[in-house]
Amino acid sequence: MMTIDAGGMHYKELNRLIRDGIGKGIKKFFLENVNGQYYIGDGIKCDDVVININGIPGNDLGAFMDGPTIIVNNNAQDNAGNTMNSGKILIKGDAGDVVGYGMRGGRIYILGNAGYRVGIHMKGYNEQLPVIIIGGKVGSFFAEYMAGGVIVLLGLNDSDEFDSEYFASGMHGGTIFLRKKIDFSKYSKDVELYEADGKDALFLKKYLTEYADSFNIPLEEITGKPFYKIVPSSARPYAHLYTSA
Amino acid sequence: MLNIKNKFNLERDISGCGLVGIINAKKVRTNGSDIKKSISVEHDRGNGLGGGFAVYGNYPEYAELYAFHIMYDNLSAKKDVEGYLNNNFIIEKEEPIPTFRTAKIYDHPYLHRYFLKPKSDRQDKLFRELGDDDFVVNSVMLVNQHYDGAYVFSSGKNMGAFKGVGYPEDIADFYKLEEIEGYMWTAHNRFPTNTPGWWGGAHPFTLLDWSIVHNGEISSYGINKRYLEMYKYNLSLKTDTEAITYILDLLVRKHGIPIRLALTVLASPFYNKIDKMDRVQKELLTALRQIYGSALLNGPFAIVFGYSNGMVAMNDRIKLRPLVAATAGDFTYVASEEAAISAVCPSPDRVWSPKAGEPVMVEFEEPVMQNRGLVGL
Repeated sequence: MMTIDAGGMHYKELNRLIRDGIGKGIKKFFLENVNGQYYIGDGIKCDDVVININGIPGNDLGAFMDGPTIIVNNNAQDNAGNTMNSGKILIKGDAGDVVGYGMRGGRIYILGNAGYRVGIHMKGYNEQLPVIIIGGKVGSFFAEYMAGGVIVLLGLNDSDEFDSEYFASGMHGGTIFLRKKIDFSKYSKDVELYEADGKDALFLKKYLTEYADSFNIPLEEITGKPFYKIVPSSARPYAHLYTSA
Repeated sequence: MLNIKNKFNLERDISGCGLVGIINAKKVRTNGSDIKKSISVEHDRGNGLGGGFAVYGNYPEYAELYAFHIMYDNLSAKKDVEGYLNNNFIIEKEEPIPTFRTAKIYDHPYLHRYFLKPKSDRQDKLFRELGDDDFVVNSVMLVNQHYDGAYVFSSGKNMGAFKGVGYPEDIADFYKLEEIEGYMWTAHNRFPTNTPGWWGGAHPFTLLDWSIVHNGEISSYGINKRYLEMYKYNLSLKTDTEAITYILDLLVRKHGIPIRLALTVLASPFYNKIDKMDRVQKELLTALRQIYGSALLNGPFAIVFGYSNGMVAMNDRIKLRPLVAATAGDFTYVASEEAAISAVCPSPDRVWSPKAGEPVMVEFEEPVMQNRGLVGL
């Protein structure tokens, strides 16, 4: 175990200390007084490392990360989980914009809200299945150009109408699950809405259980309502723009 | 254009500009240490090619005078400009802007400030009929365009811009901001993309009481520039942000459009959104788009601007640049990153990310005048 007081520390020094620690076989890190340091946990390939963050981590948290678990006890800034390959990011507050950009594996669980462009260009292939679960609400351009993986939008404690725009525009792969039915035709012509079936529920249960356990909330609070499933209507939504019919 | 040279290394670093704004709605003045601390958290968003601050409420003893901050390449430029100023303004006071040469900021232009009142019998006959504000605008344009090696970078009342080439925390030390007090501060950390990093090109960009700091890129700069030139604004600073300052001056001060409506010109709602509005709103916003199409800002931006009545922070219409806001009592904070706010305000009442194109507006609370029947209006 290693505790680092990151107060006033530049990100280069902080990340060097973490990497040196991992090199010495340390598995658990507690970062105190973090405030805005970029690139925490970036590119680290190591399955059983846990980085616990107190304070606000800076942009590109866990970018290219391959295995570790990052726990953020406050809000996070933009670009969390950028091109992440595996591992887990838990955010107990809100996340910023562009969560999981180009993400290709692992899980990002957010208890609060997330900003614009969640899951943009997210992708998946065979056993590589990135999963993002958001407890609150999201900004516009949700799942833009999504190509694979799974995003679950729970909308807990949120009675408002879904008020973001350009929902799933350009989505051509992967699956979105919503805990609330929305008139998605207002948002995108690229997707289709279904009620989640038994197979979906089984799939979701595994991840939602882990989500509920991570944030100490009863699973029933999440699963108490039907889920809706959104899939792309085409694997190539903009083909008509580039090819003659 | 000033030929003061940039002595900083051009080390390539991936980042974008950083912004901070701090306002106290009750006009309680604080010194520059908070804004410096806050913008220094966003150090890595810039590259040392521009840092600057605007402060409001810093010249209470000269509150009725126009405070000109001018940078000069050489003393002959200073002599020329002072000739113009003497002919057209009453100079109540003039002095070098207090600076402190540091190891980081050592090469700088001559920096001088003047507290001015336009003469009623000013020599400049061409501009004699103008109101004071218009005359000051014309003077700023004239000096910036026609006086070689001189550039007016601040011209408002009871406010001032302090800027230069360097990281903002170093610029703050250079201008000794910890000894300056104001009730509203904005700050900028520059990462120049399309235009040179030079002293005049640092943010904020100001004209009269307007000051703008900007992160992003105005892709509509060409059309905005041509439009503004029709109204005699001269865009000589080689930076797109300049256009925003003049658009606000044109729309709000000259054309009398309320700030909130002017903002719908800068970041106008898309037509598919306008189509869903009620008839009155629809007609208004359609008219604004039609009349002021050339003032629309295209491209990614987050801006913070100050003016005599308050502060506004706003994103472009699809939020291509970051912006976070927070409140704590009478203070409102806006910044590119939440960490910049928490560095000076660890426990805010509320933190949020403004939506695309939806401004965060804070106006000063004016003291209530009991005897003049303003209560209850």
